[in-house]
Amino acid sequence: MNVMFCGFGGQGIVLAGVILGKAAVFDGLNAAQAASYGSEARGSACRSEVIISKGQIVYPHIERADILGVMSQQGYDLFQEKLKEDGILFYDDSIVQVKDEVPFEQVGIPATELAIKEFDKRIVANIIFLGAVVGRTEIVSMEALEKAVRDNVPEKFLEVNLRALEIGLKMG
Amino acid sequence: MKYTTETIPSALKPGDYFMMGDEASAEGAVAAGCRFFAGYPITPTSELMVHIVKRFEEVGGKFIQMEDEIGSVGAMVGASWAGGKVMTATSGPGLSLMMENIGYAAMTETPMVIVDIQRAGPSTGQATRPGSGDILQVKYGSHGDYEIIALSPWSVQEMYDLTIEAFNLAEAYRAPVFLLADEGVGHLRENFTVKGEVEVYHRPKAKGLPPFDTGDEDMIPPMPAFGEGEKLLITGSTHDEWGYRKTQVSAVHDRLVKRLVNKIRVNAGKIHRWEAHFIEDIEYLVVAYGISARAALKTVMDLRKEGIKIGLWRPITIWPFPEEALKEAAEGVKAVIVPEMNHGQLVREVERHLSVPVHPIAQVDGEIMRPETIDIRYLILDI
Repeated sequence: MNVMFCGFGGQGIVLAGVILGKAAVFDGLNAAQAASYGSEARGSACRSEVIISKGQIVYPHIERADILGVMSQQGYDLFQEKLKEDGILFYDDSIVQVKDEVPFEQVGIPATELAIKEFDKRIVANIIFLGAVVGRTEIVSMEALEKAVRDNVPEKFLEVNLRALEIGLKMG
Repeated sequence: MKYTTETIPSALKPGDYFMMGDEASAEGAVAAGCRFFAGYPITPTSELMVHIVKRFEEVGGKFIQMEDEIGSVGAMVGASWAGGKVMTATSGPGLSLMMENIGYAAMTETPMVIVDIQRAGPSTGQATRPGSGDILQVKYGSHGDYEIIALSPWSVQEMYDLTIEAFNLAEAYRAPVFLLADEGVGHLRENFTVKGEVEVYHRPKAKGLPPFDTGDEDMIPPMPAFGEGEKLLITGSTHDEWGYRKTQVSAVHDRLVKRLVNKIRVNAGKIHRWEAHFIEDIEYLVVAYGISARAALKTVMDLRKEGIKIGLWRPITIWPFPEEALKEAAEGVKAVIVPEMNHGQLVREVERHLSVPVHPIAQVDGEIMRPETIDIRYLILDI
């Protein structure tokens, strides 16, 4: 299963991939996660790739994605060609405008809008988004995903992230 | 003299972990007994430094953020002679700045591990992008004749395992050892397995013997630490077996330089490590290392499905280069293909050991080596 997240530095795109990869390992699967980002760190285009497999992962980068999650217009425009025709594209519909004539399924998630409305924190949009992707596709178990969030989020932000995850999972 | 070995419990609880290559290398260092790190942050290596600081707080180690890279190697030389297992981590621009003291470490036979997570150069190049442009620099970057050891990991598992091995080789051969990784492996996160026990080597020790030449066949002299009661003189200038400067004596210089080179060369057979995939009955052989070898294996597997008789040979020890193993793997093939994320560096080494056609493939766009870059169908049609 090949999953790709795209957005801007600062949105937590890389972290979403890290959490997903770790959750897969908690589920007893093999996982590889790689990121591409600019040295400006915040505000530059970034993407995070996760490969989840029962078998050995030979090449740890994605040639074609089964799932593409985009949280920026640039990510949508640039990377939709990487998505398989029977793949699913998730997009943050508060940020990304999608085209109608595409071969794959497109699912809008109001992640950033909900993050601001529910938590007054744009920063948790990635967790809502990740929750929705997993809720819909069940590529990892809910238990493993929650454990991976606990493992990667500092204690004082844990509660808000777990609530964000729950909102996302339900939405998916 | 021979190093001693010890089997110790792993620093991490045995089990499966999901970490970045940089972090796994820091864990390997801690597991091998490294308790001194001097360095200067640089992308794509900083994560290693951040992780080792965190681990040193838990296991008790000394970390110094130095003023620059050459100072980092200077601090390592001192800490190594104080008896420590020492490490630094950098990338191309930092490695260039380290060169003078790397030569000093080779000349003074100081064990140390230098992790180089290669990024796209030359100069500051592309900080966040992968490259393999330091293959020749780690071996030839400092002036004069000496030998170093360099290992090339292709996975997060090997970032952990080969870091331990790098420390062991540094202790065994009293030389700088490089973990010559690339951004593709350093920044990759994968699951890897930590075993319950780790075999670690300790540098040879002896009372009353000269620390810079005992006349032993293996050419590795014992290395006392400051404070152990031995008399020590350490200099980067030409020195005799006791460390006295003999810069005007040609026989001393001749013997010293030959020993610095030969102590690695005569032991090369024990140092060499490589891996071969699908090399029975092949017509074509891909030689690749680091993250490029992952792309190469993908290509090899895809082409084999089409009936093309192709295999992969991967040097894990880049220096000293395992030429005998390569010759054996390439025996009777029609062509050898060497994809690299540089403009052709290790291919020179491959060419000089083989008499079959060798085709370099250079991918220098700052992207991870792509399997399609290595697609050699066009080549096969030509032949």
